[in-house]
Amino acid sequence: MSDWTRRTALEIADALAAGEATSEEVVTAHLDRIAAVDGPVHAFLHVDADGALAEARAVDAERKAGAELPRLAGVPIAVKDVLVTRGLPTTAGSRILEGWVPPYDGTATRRLRAARMPILGKTNMDEFAMGSSTEHSGYGPTHNPWDLDRIPGGSGGGSAAALAAFEAPLAIGSDTGGSIRQPAAVTGTVGVKPTYGGVSRYGVIALASSLDQLGPCARTVEDAALLHEVIGGHDPMDATSLDEPVPPVVDAARRGREDGLKGVKVAVVKELGGEGYQEGVAQRFAESLDHLRAAGAEVVEVSCPSFAYALAAYYLILPSEASSNLAKYDSVRFGLRVDDGGSTVERVMAATRAAGFGDEVKRRVILGTYALSAGYYDAYYGSAQKVRTLIQRDFAAAFASADVLVSPTCPTTAFKLGEQLDDPLTMYLNDVATIPANLAGVPGMSLPAGLAPENGLPVGFQILAPARADDRLYRVGAALEAALDAKRGGPVLAGVPDLEGAK
Amino acid sequence: MATLDRADVARLAALARIDLSDADLDRLSGQLAAIVDAVATVAEVAGEDVPATSHPIPMANVTRPDEVRASLTQEEALSGAPAVEDGRFRVPQILGEEA
Repeated sequence: MSDWTRRTALEIADALAAGEATSEEVVTAHLDRIAAVDGPVHAFLHVDADGALAEARAVDAERKAGAELPRLAGVPIAVKDVLVTRGLPTTAGSRILEGWVPPYDGTATRRLRAARMPILGKTNMDEFAMGSSTEHSGYGPTHNPWDLDRIPGGSGGGSAAALAAFEAPLAIGSDTGGSIRQPAAVTGTVGVKPTYGGVSRYGVIALASSLDQLGPCARTVEDAALLHEVIGGHDPMDATSLDEPVPPVVDAARRGREDGLKGVKVAVVKELGGEGYQEGVAQRFAESLDHLRAAGAEVVEVSCPSFAYALAAYYLILPSEASSNLAKYDSVRFGLRVDDGGSTVERVMAATRAAGFGDEVKRRVILGTYALSAGYYDAYYGSAQKVRTLIQRDFAAAFASADVLVSPTCPTTAFKLGEQLDDPLTMYLNDVATIPANLAGVPGMSLPAGLAPENGLPVGFQILAPARADDRLYRVGAALEAALDAKRGGPVLAGVPDLEGAK
Repeated sequence: MATLDRADVARLAALARIDLSDADLDRLSGQLAAIVDAVATVAEVAGEDVPATSHPIPMANVTRPDEVRASLTQEEALSGAPAVEDGRFRVPQILGEEA
């Protein structure tokens, strides 16, 4: 008997196409796995067993009748709860949206449905994607499948944990400052933030509109590429959507794996390493560079001095935009209303937002309100926007001398639940290496570089490419993945503890 | 640059329409002051000659064809509302007794 939960999306797609399995069998295997392990992992906020099985059976029937189906038809997927799904509860991890059932689909949801991919359910996340650990979810944290006492990263910890726990072969994430890449790093999975505008944000619950980007999460680089092709591409419903074809990401992944990296120039970002980076993170990163050299790449170093100010600029721009975006949770058209029956709408609004928002959302909305207020706007928001220009210039200079930039995805491996919860500034530092890409709009990938020797936890390797050159991430990522798998004798996720029977 | 004290946080929370208890104010104002101090460093490098970037990939005049197409029905649009009356969003009183 074959365990479909251990297969890649590509293997499942091939088996379905060859008639070696039905989508119903594959979906059932994943639902069984969710039932067995999601108690302790808590990757999902909602599981749609009936909907997933109905779509699986429909795909099987059409395939049997000889219909031509999309590449990933019948391959199940988990969707971060930030993406709006018609008929399926969508909360963005917030109590203020508890019980909301959207009357429409986001564009990415529509594309998943058109690709005939059964949706297993909605995954946990930090409230409105604000956080690096999922501990800011209004519905309790997700636990890292490598060590249930540790964080799975955030905000997309649910999607990453679902992959690492073999509850889903593919997942959707969203990345505003690292929310796809940092969870991928600490769970030993692959996550890609496409170029800003590469995937439509219509029907994605907004956090910071000049930074947010939807993207694919997977266990292999090629699987991520297949999902990227499904969700990417122009959408007239999103004014920031790029009106150009999806870069050839699937071909690039194949090329990287088969042909190596001869002629590719890789630059290490000096400022994203060194002091503050855990020993095992630095060690696995250095080994990955050796693999890239062995695959034919030339490895150099570049300096991006303005990156030192990226975190500060981000924590002005993000709260400012979030304070504006979250004004829509006003107790009128959807979501929670806390009403004593005799108060004015203004009082009801303030009581509703007090009850419905968690601490991190309150902090950031208040910070953004401050940064945008009269007398402070130029000093804070205005200065942050100038830093953004400086960071873009650093990227432009670096890409003039290299095809891709690389760094560790985050300074440390997964920390313990609760460890940083009362110290927002320490928590923010987890995204120090991922934030520059969002400020500049360039694409980035995290893939596993191995396990840190000191604690046996996954380390992430980050690749950054120029805007619109997402395919370079996949070429370099696939080459590194192939080299690491060959040396290790298999994927890093083979080492995840058996979770069945966990408390 | 000015730092943020407890009274500032109370005023900002009122502007943002978030009720805060005394305990909330005690906890959040200390954290927010530390965050404001940390982010204020952006002013160090934001020279007069540096233009601001608001959007990572510049675009202008993005439009789509002005065509009639399917949209939410009235029932769908109201489906998530906390209170509905006669096919409309029902809201609490806008003006208080004293108005």
